[in-house]
Amino acid sequence: MTDGPTRGHHKVFLGMAAGVGKTYRMLQEGRAELEAGRDVVIGYLEPHGRAETAAQADGLEVVPRRALRYRDTVLSEMDLPAVLARAPELCLIDELAHTNAPGTEHAKRHEDVEAVLDAGIDVFSTVNVQHLESLADEIADLTGTRVRETLPDRVLAEASEVMLLDITPEALRERLRTGKVYPAERVETALSNFFTRENLTALREVALRQVADDVEARRAAREPLGGEPEAEARRGEERLLDSAAPAAIGERLLALVTPEPGSQRIIRRAWRSAQRLGAELDVLWVAGGEPDAERSEQLRALRKLCGVLGAHLLVEHGDDVAGVAARVARERGTTYVLIGAPAERSLRRRMRPSLPIRLLRLLPGVDLRIVADRSRRKGPAQ
Amino acid sequence: MRVRWRRARKPPGPPPVASRRAEAPRILFPFLAPALSRRALGTALRLARAEGAVLVPVFLAPVPRWLPLDAALPRQAGTAVATQEAIEQRAARLGVPVDARLERGRTARHALLRATACERYERIVVAAAAPGAPGFAPGDVAWLLAHAPGEIVVMRPGHEDDLLEIEPAAEPDGHGPTVALPAAFVR
Repeated sequence: MTDGPTRGHHKVFLGMAAGVGKTYRMLQEGRAELEAGRDVVIGYLEPHGRAETAAQADGLEVVPRRALRYRDTVLSEMDLPAVLARAPELCLIDELAHTNAPGTEHAKRHEDVEAVLDAGIDVFSTVNVQHLESLADEIADLTGTRVRETLPDRVLAEASEVMLLDITPEALRERLRTGKVYPAERVETALSNFFTRENLTALREVALRQVADDVEARRAAREPLGGEPEAEARRGEERLLDSAAPAAIGERLLALVTPEPGSQRIIRRAWRSAQRLGAELDVLWVAGGEPDAERSEQLRALRKLCGVLGAHLLVEHGDDVAGVAARVARERGTTYVLIGAPAERSLRRRMRPSLPIRLLRLLPGVDLRIVADRSRRKGPAQ
Repeated sequence: MRVRWRRARKPPGPPPVASRRAEAPRILFPFLAPALSRRALGTALRLARAEGAVLVPVFLAPVPRWLPLDAALPRQAGTAVATQEAIEQRAARLGVPVDARLERGRTARHALLRATACERYERIVVAAAAPGAPGFAPGDVAWLLAHAPGEIVVMRPGHEDDLLEIEPAAEPDGHGPTVALPAAFVR
């Protein structure tokens, strides 16, 4: 029995809007791969009449498009069977969110890309953030423009690499004014409609957040690697570097809460500490079961508070609070744990180690702080 | 020697704090940065203490149009954190339970709409704005009277009203926003 080809590596060039240079950068990197001796082809390119972009494609082999007749129109699409038959090492495919013309193998281009990756071919592709399904409503609300072609978020999540092409809104508007993005007759309309400074600022923030979340999710989801002993040892060193990196970069706080009003105090105190340390804040509730109506209401309030503070609210299920908290702390590179003052414990509970003691044992090298209720503090003696 | 544990029979008494809190009446106290009226807060606290109610101070955070509605707002967050803590400490001295909230909206009225739509409450206490005094604009108060269910107490600010002012910027030593409490407030 022979194994099928190893799935290709997928790198996505993500931008906040048209004109930031996604296709240009994709072609630039494709040329670099070609010069490094790899077999590179263009599966589909949409230069939008931009001379600089077209110039970057010079010297790269192009798999010809195929023409498809739909009603009275002839549409040109990527020729998926030809790309698969050509079987390059790397294929450059523009406009990942594109909807294919009827009569092709798949309804959407990202499905074509999946087929290319499954054939063991590496893919570089491009997409704008407004095409992501989960952001479509938010971006329509922000910009007043709704995109018709959307891309499932999982495509980005499953990509091997996501690169954000970031330029300032003013720089992009300047590129528009100089005719580098659209023909002269469309510039003024574009500048006063979609490409306003406010729209671009909002889109830029969404794109930056999207990539930041993606980086975070990848770090959290990194799995242990297996393999030969030597490779395993080498990977072990990489893992060591991976796990050491957050600690070397800075502090990260984890506040343990339960959905009740007193927890807001812990979050607020933790947020202030995080501000002083310039650190990220995670807020964790270890849920023993499904929350009742009262707890759901409190959870909503905590979620809103965390949202405004820029903290990450995590809900994990489990009965062992210390065990779950320790696991989350290790996964997220926590350096500092904050908990509320423990309640009075029954005699039977006093015979078991308390939560702070268990956390200290499970998380060596991590600071632990018990947040007091300052409203109960007694003033100085008169 | 053998030690056996037997679960103690619960004596009849009041229900646990969580359920008492869930059943207690709630007084919504929406306010806007950067300052809130001491008189309005005092009224809300007195009412809450008299009725055995939970005070629900709601910090309303307007989000600029160019930011997503769920964007983090670190500058406003500094003010919100300082104000909520000051209110909680004041309430704790009077024995009033507090269940703080934070609501975002495109405008103050939008945030108010979202707060009144998703919170449980029996009464709302708001401060009306006046020259030099913080509070809600006449249009917002009129909207609240027309649209929000429940009893609404509108506090007209007096000349003698002391303000609870919040400095949103962090201090140079990084100890977060400053809460300037007038003498009358901390008594």
